[in-house]
Amino acid sequence: MAAEKMSLSKAINASLRTALETDPKVLIMGEDVGKLGGVFRVTDGLQKDFGEDRVIDTPLAESGIVGTAIGLALRGYRPVVEIQFDGFVFPAYDQIVTQLAKMHARSLGKVKLPVVVRIPYGGGIGAVEHHSESPEALFAHVAGLKVVSPANASDAYWMLQQAIDSDDPVIYFEPKRRYHDKSEVDTAAIPGPLHAARVVRPGADLTLAAYGPMVKVALDAAAAAAEEGKSIEVLDLRSMSPIDFDSIQRSVERTGRLVVVHEAPVFLGTGSEIAARITERCFYHLQAPVLRVGGFHSPYPPSRLEDEYLPGLDRVLDAVDRALAY
Amino acid sequence: MTVESTAARKPRRSGAKRSTTARDTKKQPAGQTELVQLLTPEGERVEHPDYAIDPTPEELRGLYRDMVLTRRFDAEATTLQRQGELGLWASLLGQEAAQIGSGRALNDADYVFPTYREHGVAWCRGVDPTNLLGMFRGVNHGGWDPNSNNFHLYTIVIGSQTLHATGYAMGVAKDGADAAVLAYFGDGASSQGDVAESFTFSAVYNAPVVFFCQNNQWAISEPTEKQTRVPLYQRAQGFGFPGVRVDGNDVLACLAVTKAALERARTGQGPMLIEAFTYRMGAHTTSDDPTRYRSPEERELWETKDPILRLRTLLTREGLADDAYFADLERESDALAKRVRDAVRAMPDPEDMAMFEHIYADGHALVDEERAQFAEYQASFVTAEEGI
Repeated sequence: MAAEKMSLSKAINASLRTALETDPKVLIMGEDVGKLGGVFRVTDGLQKDFGEDRVIDTPLAESGIVGTAIGLALRGYRPVVEIQFDGFVFPAYDQIVTQLAKMHARSLGKVKLPVVVRIPYGGGIGAVEHHSESPEALFAHVAGLKVVSPANASDAYWMLQQAIDSDDPVIYFEPKRRYHDKSEVDTAAIPGPLHAARVVRPGADLTLAAYGPMVKVALDAAAAAAEEGKSIEVLDLRSMSPIDFDSIQRSVERTGRLVVVHEAPVFLGTGSEIAARITERCFYHLQAPVLRVGGFHSPYPPSRLEDEYLPGLDRVLDAVDRALAY
Repeated sequence: MTVESTAARKPRRSGAKRSTTARDTKKQPAGQTELVQLLTPEGERVEHPDYAIDPTPEELRGLYRDMVLTRRFDAEATTLQRQGELGLWASLLGQEAAQIGSGRALNDADYVFPTYREHGVAWCRGVDPTNLLGMFRGVNHGGWDPNSNNFHLYTIVIGSQTLHATGYAMGVAKDGADAAVLAYFGDGASSQGDVAESFTFSAVYNAPVVFFCQNNQWAISEPTEKQTRVPLYQRAQGFGFPGVRVDGNDVLACLAVTKAALERARTGQGPMLIEAFTYRMGAHTTSDDPTRYRSPEERELWETKDPILRLRTLLTREGLADDAYFADLERESDALAKRVRDAVRAMPDPEDMAMFEHIYADGHALVDEERAQFAEYQASFVTAEEGI
């Protein structure tokens, strides 16, 4: 199979299929991942083709899903577990933080935990409470975990392959409102490093850094700004742990300005860390303070308010204007 | 109802003929349940219809030796803590029979997931006891390779390891391996969601895992009745697998019941819960003060059920061990204690840079950056000293 246009969710499905075909130790586990194919149909058809022993419908118990995946990994398996929605990961948070993240260090490297935790995350789909959150910073803060989020179908395919191949636990955040966005996937390509940021639109006046669902918003903002004669560079960060500060630094040294965009609350979020580090690294290159655009210090609101809560084109452009005004 | 009264009213020899599987005991009111017992506190052998065992004299002496050496190791560790050589110690005093009995029931291919108190089980698995002390001295988080002895690292978060055991057992079943998994936890852990979830998963997937609950009556200061309104072994019934209560101070009963449960698991009959009814004679850890929450009389009562004493009585009465044997064992205990003491004192602190090691298997840019920065910072002191 070579290049093919597919949706982000189909790309994940194809990636899981490839992993199941390639390595008999790979297992898919989660609630409703079998006959239903997941509530977003991301695992559609996999149980039919690989059987109930490889694609495992689990009890409704998130701590149990992650905890047993740890045990299976200790036995030599490579479980890919699905948490149904972002807000449901918290019952499993203890297992992820106190066990999954730390067991490699605890054992002085004697045991490896190649577990991938897939979490559909973020808002914009009009969902009820606990179905729209962006808890990536809570995981990126924990040593021992790697945290990534693809923004397009190609990355969705390849980053998941790389996450499954990794001997480290990887939290794989899927931008659920981009599940149906289609783009080219070359399954024969040689992918770049899992944790490298990528310039998805070059520009000269300001760097707009985003990841996951916000990359499209950033690109739209850059296109709108271009109509006003502003040249905006857009970086897709792709990884929140580790963060590719070198690529951000290189971009900021060219543009002199940085705006970070994410759906998660701004306070103590990914953008805060980027602002602090880039200020340390690029103090004499910066023409303006690093600005952040994101969610508020509020519970994710009822869906009728989510358009105000989520960073949209106007809020991003407003930050761009403020940064350029210095 | 107090723990003492529960224990005092428990029928012993007279009731030992009855089965104690969950199926049968559901007819009994809570608190009236009986223990599987093969060796009475008076050191007399009794039979049980479901759990027969016929150990050779050598095996009996071996179980006795394991318990004596484990108790001595434990006492030495407690002393080392009092002398400031260990930051903390979690004593197993009183639980030797539960641990040696269950530990000696294991086959080599079986896998164990302990809490942080399974020093006797570690002994049975061949883990060098000095390796257990690293985490309590603060030089590591677990000083052994779990796969060398099929004995996982100690887990401090209560109940977490029961899920790891269940997942591991699911893997054993997938592999078609002739092995079972033994998961340890305590009466306090029975209240944790992870333990309930491990029961659910193990039942649903028919995983070859045996849950071994050492009910030592106290979760730090909280008695078992703050954890449950029914005898713990009866929990299994609601999840669809059998549970049994065994006299946790009877090494033969613990051995027999665990052997049977592991064999059951290995032959595809699924999980089982064993509640070893025992007593933590000492503190929860060396930071604890049990005099604040329990009476001296309670401990005195349990001292009459001492697991080591009762086997010694049997060995002596049956002429299976003489004074020379006990004297030799005493010398072996002394030697073990000295070895442990010397090993702890010789245990080096980890290198500064060790905190940056093994965080990730595949590396991580931030760790690399911070490691380099810290190394530079440390080196700056050397440079400054050389400059003077």
